[in-house]
Amino acid sequence: MIRDMSLEEILAQPDSGAEDQLPLVGEALQAELGRRSFVKMVLGAGLLITVTSYAEEPDDPPPRRGGGRGGGRANVSARVHFGKDGIVTVLTGKVEAGQGARAELSQGAAEELRVPLSQLQLVMSDTGLVPDDGITAGSGSTPRTMPEIRRGCAAAREIVLGIAAKKWNVERNTLEIRDGKISHAESKRELTYADIASEDQGKAFDIGVPDNTTLSLVKDWKILGVPAARPNGRAIVTGKHGYPSDIQRPGLQYGKVLRAPSYGASLKSIDTDVVKEMKDVTIVHEGSFVGVVAPTSYAADAALTAIAKTAKWDTPPHVSSKNLYDYLRKNANVPKNPFADDVAKADKTLRQTYLVPYVQHTPMEPRAAVAEWKDGNLTVWTGTQNPFGARGSLAQAFNIGADKVRVIVPDFGGGFGGKHSPDAHIEAARLAKTAGKPVQVRWTRAEEFTWAYFRPAGVIDAEASLDNKGKITSWFFININSGRSAVETPYRCKNRCNSVGSKGPLREGSYRALASTANTFARESFMDELADAAKIDPLEFRLAHLDDGRLRAVLEHAAKKFDWAARVKKKDPALGVGLACGTEKASFVAACAEVAIKDSEISVRHVCQAFDCGVILNPANLTSQIQGAIIMGLGPALREEMIFEDGRMMNASLSEYLVPRFRDVPTIDVELVNRSDQPAVGAGETPIIAIAPAIANAVFHATGQRLRQLPLRLAGAAK
Amino acid sequence: MPATIAFTVNGQQKSVSTNPARPLLDVLREDLQLTGTKFGCGEARCGACSVLLDGKRVFSCQTPVSKAEGKTVLTIEGLATGEKLHPVQDAFLAENAFQCGYCTAGMIMCAVELLNETPHPTDEEIITGMSRNVCRCCSYTSIIKAVRRAAGK
Repeated sequence: MIRDMSLEEILAQPDSGAEDQLPLVGEALQAELGRRSFVKMVLGAGLLITVTSYAEEPDDPPPRRGGGRGGGRANVSARVHFGKDGIVTVLTGKVEAGQGARAELSQGAAEELRVPLSQLQLVMSDTGLVPDDGITAGSGSTPRTMPEIRRGCAAAREIVLGIAAKKWNVERNTLEIRDGKISHAESKRELTYADIASEDQGKAFDIGVPDNTTLSLVKDWKILGVPAARPNGRAIVTGKHGYPSDIQRPGLQYGKVLRAPSYGASLKSIDTDVVKEMKDVTIVHEGSFVGVVAPTSYAADAALTAIAKTAKWDTPPHVSSKNLYDYLRKNANVPKNPFADDVAKADKTLRQTYLVPYVQHTPMEPRAAVAEWKDGNLTVWTGTQNPFGARGSLAQAFNIGADKVRVIVPDFGGGFGGKHSPDAHIEAARLAKTAGKPVQVRWTRAEEFTWAYFRPAGVIDAEASLDNKGKITSWFFININSGRSAVETPYRCKNRCNSVGSKGPLREGSYRALASTANTFARESFMDELADAAKIDPLEFRLAHLDDGRLRAVLEHAAKKFDWAARVKKKDPALGVGLACGTEKASFVAACAEVAIKDSEISVRHVCQAFDCGVILNPANLTSQIQGAIIMGLGPALREEMIFEDGRMMNASLSEYLVPRFRDVPTIDVELVNRSDQPAVGAGETPIIAIAPAIANAVFHATGQRLRQLPLRLAGAAK
Repeated sequence: MPATIAFTVNGQQKSVSTNPARPLLDVLREDLQLTGTKFGCGEARCGACSVLLDGKRVFSCQTPVSKAEGKTVLTIEGLATGEKLHPVQDAFLAENAFQCGYCTAGMIMCAVELLNETPHPTDEEIITGMSRNVCRCCSYTSIIKAVRRAAGK
């Protein structure tokens, strides 16, 4: 088996890649080996190394949602191509949607390959070329994909060193690599990656990650740990970067799909003949799927509008948002508090309910896809966080093999957890199939607000008891409907925390940090209420119950930087301060906020947030992500909620659904806590969870009013 | 009924024969393949479609192409001179003033007009001038820094 071969034995093989060299491979890995020749064709002459990591257990690494992760126990860690021109290409199945994966993974690869960033290119998320790294979600790229890519690149580096050592007939440990150049000090010989790629071009290696593969130590980092600009920045500022909605194909047509007038509606009849006189318009009508294809999006829209006027629908009743919370509670099985005795006997008890509505991701680029069929093969360009999942959905939708589908995900305009689902790409493929031409489907903003999916709404009950020293003696916390992320309390107390399902009336899915925002809002507001009941300072109250050193550290850090001790003493109905903290996905966040109240309007003036995600890989990107998360979090905290009536979305536009803008930006102090002794974990989500409760607590500090429903609104505020 | 509409785009004379009610945004993207200008909302509420029409920022998603007749249109693709970037483009790069970058063309075009009108804006003037543009990655803080930086030149 190849992983039992020594490096020398591997190098002694003739041009490898014959599938018979890897006897125990799963089906997906077989497919990936077949893909190798395609990679060589696309990237050109050079040396290709595919590195496979073998999981010890079938369950390790953790199973991924969405796309496959290789069959059997073999996963491709990395595919590295050394070009004759000296460019090293690393291929990854992760996507770039603004969260910074392109820069970060490039840095990790460049670090291990000992090559400057300018000599490295990262090919992302093209299912025809890259390994399946699973869905880009759950803050997984940093803790899981990054180490895999680094290990794979380190192994590839060792192969190349081995080639050089063999050529020069020296020991490998006498060689050095720096800036893509291998040198033998004693004989003063040098070889660049380009040289080796030229001499050994056409060779391809499939190897396992040797057990003794070591990654660069933090203290030796040159490329990781420092700010690195986004690799395609110039293309972005010049308008040259092609987003999924920009993809041009010869003969490209534009498609639109008929939408129901309300949720659950079914089509009874429609007359597509009304547009049969329209020039160059193709109708696609398959059961309840009705769409049009035209040479311009304007013409497609005109055709669809004409058809829609003839449609007759059955529209069933649907719960409205004003009855949402009662509906969620009524349709849930809420357990009783097992600590009823503690509550009955306690010095002080408190019971509250917190309400969190539906919100939408509102990515800057609405869902879009371009689909093109050729000889039974389908290529789709789309913005999805789940490229291999999308490939699977497409294969299933058209009953063809996954090997006939190629999904290409250009860096796209925002995901935030909102682009996991099969939608625009399925629609584009359906339209393209009938039209016999490539078709672009780009959702309108109204469609994005109505027919995508939402962060689940939630009703959260909290009940706790306190002793006469202000210590929590029991804690009962139930999330109805929105989920279990961060439902557990980090505070020391006897507790039962759980989430129960309900019948959420809207299409629900992931949104940045999932239910951690709802659960942290409820928990940190409730902690504040308990602190107030115990007449103890909110910071002191939390610290008195907190054993987790890293959570304590961010809380103390933020409070100190914010000058909490002095500011909390000021009593001013027009200015309040509040704080909140939380932990999720192995990272830790604490935020202090100052709010101003004027005419019952809440505005956030200052946020100081401390964040610990282990060792920092790219401080510039991390700062951008944290600032972004704080500002994005202002929306659901103060203004965002989906309003629906009788199955119709009533605020499906940017004029009515108010996302944060320039005017809303407070002074932000980002305190990066760099724990270089801890493994790097993701930072895309957790930085958003503390902002809403910090604001709610600040509002209470100023006004004495406790707001338990998001978005936060004081009585008397303009609607 | 199609009409012929002639206008200059990024210094080049263009003539399109199309429904004059079509949005300028669509004509730029679909007819002229200038896809640097983006669709964000279609209701002039996000600024992603910003172009300069005779030097003034317009929301091309709500500007019928007929309004461009005889005028000059400047899009993101027309800002740089060969390899030399416009100072606003340079500033956005220097300040890392984008994450997904989808709003960036609109932000840059808005900032170009703002600085043409007000070469040394106060922070308040920058916020007011940019306030009709949305960024969902919420890179607002670095965008303000980029505009300040470009003004400093």
